Amino acid sequence: MQKGESPIIRFDGVSKYFDDFQVLKGITLAVGPSERIVICGPSGSGKSTLIRCINGLEGYGAGDIFVNDVRVGSDAAGLRAVRARVGMVFQQFNLFPHLTVRENLMLGPMRGRGMSAADATRLADRYLARVRIPEQADKYPRHLSGGQQQRVAIARSLCMEPQIMLFDEPTSALDPEMISEVLEVMAELAQTGMTMIVVTHEMGFARRVADRMIFMDHGEIVEVAPPETFFTAPKSRRAQDFLQKILNH
Amino acid sequence: MRILTALAAILTLSGCSSNWGWYVVNPSTASGAANLKFMLSGLSYSVQLSATAIAISVVIGLLVALPGLSSNVWARRASRTYVELVRAVPILVLILWVYYGLPQVTGLSIGVFWAGVIALALSDSAFQAEIFRAGIQSIARGQYEAAYSVSLGYRDTMRYVILPQAIRRILPALGNQLVYMLKMSSLVSVIGMQELTRKANELVVVEYRPLEIYTVLVLEYLVLILIVSAAVRWFERRLQTDERS
Ligand SMILES: Nc1ncnc2c1ncn2[C@@H]1O[C@H](COP(=O)(O)OP(=O)(O)OP(=O)(O)O)[C@@H](O)[C@H]1O
Ligand SMILES: [Mg+2]
Repeated sequence: MQKGESPIIRFDGVSKYFDDFQVLKGITLAVGPSERIVICGPSGSGKSTLIRCINGLEGYGAGDIFVNDVRVGSDAAGLRAVRARVGMVFQQFNLFPHLTVRENLMLGPMRGRGMSAADATRLADRYLARVRIPEQADKYPRHLSGGQQQRVAIARSLCMEPQIMLFDEPTSALDPEMISEVLEVMAELAQTGMTMIVVTHEMGFARRVADRMIFMDHGEIVEVAPPETFFTAPKSRRAQDFLQKILNH
Repeated sequence: MRILTALAAILTLSGCSSNWGWYVVNPSTASGAANLKFMLSGLSYSVQLSATAIAISVVIGLLVALPGLSSNVWARRASRTYVELVRAVPILVLILWVYYGLPQVTGLSIGVFWAGVIALALSDSAFQAEIFRAGIQSIARGQYEAAYSVSLGYRDTMRYVILPQAIRRILPALGNQLVYMLKMSSLVSVIGMQELTRKANELVVVEYRPLEIYTVLVLEYLVLILIVSAAVRWFERRLQTDERS
């Protein structure tokens, strides 16, 4: 941990199985407040599973995960409390297609935080301006480009005013020309001191923003290093092979 | 509509040339007009019965569908069992059982209308449950995850995210079910409900003109159902344009 004192997220020997298949193998990790972590690794290595455990979208078998010293468990009220502090952005955006952009943003504040419609509207408009699409507020998601949709999804999470933001390959479903507008918003967010865990293969972004790189393979954290070290002198053979593949394609 | 006119024309022509007796329902004669009015007086019962029954069956259907999607195996089994049992009973049998049997079990007498409503609603609820189950299952898992990730609980997730989308998708099936219910409401005539079919039967006994009277009955259902279908389609279109803006 580089910033802050006590960790905001803590994995303590976390393992998870899908039937006989072990997806996570004794993960131990501490993330400090305002820390920016980028996770990479081959397909199927457990990256998504790892971050989805943080807000309880996946359960886990052995070990403990703490967010703000509260254990992420299975009781519904505890989970909702954790989720109010942990935002998540998905590869496929997962916007609510039957709601306008503004309504997408207002749902969490109103139903998850008990905010009034007037307050939620103000909040929504503020964050839409922040991701630079205030003019799209009354449209439905399918009338927006992929990049705009993903920015709406980011704004939707920010409306919960979370302490932590999780990103699971936020640009993988985007056309190349839209990737940078989303990465730009994420980089700005990093500057505000948000704690961020980002699963991505955008290595330029990782170099620019990450405090630490985490390389996963076969359900394990194989390597943890600052980006300069990770990209120039990866220690493990598996990380070397992986970087070779993605940097040379 | 063109089909209807053609059908009416054929019937009228054949009525003139052969031994049909259209006079029984000829609105230009006093007795014919009275007969028509008598037949049409069943209309509001048919509509009320079907509408009430479908409103109730949608609620039961949803309440049965939700545990059917639960991760709890007993909840799923209970839902499954309800659907299988209710689906196995013919509607006519259910109507007879509710009207003649249920009062003996409960000690409460049930009027014809409510007996009809209960029987139709129960019978339909099994189909509604299946329709809702399929509709809810068709919503991608990402929608739940997005709702949960902004701290919505299960109830709010269903209410504000999943069901509004599922209902749009199952609207055509719900429309079909409403049409089916209108047709099945004719069965409630057997316990004496004064709806369209019962009125026609009573008139046939008096006038002894089954061909003409039942033809009018057919046309009554046909027009009713065409109107309902058109209304359902209009409603579907409106929901879609709602989202377009
Ligand atoms: N619900 C599930 N049931 C069974 N196996 C699963 C399930 N979800 C994921 N897995 C398996 O767990 C492993 C890790 O999946 P995960 O999605 O976490 O990998 P990932 O590193 O995010 O991969 P990708 O880069 O392809 O997104 C994969 O082998 C996957 O097939
Ligand atoms: Mg993944």
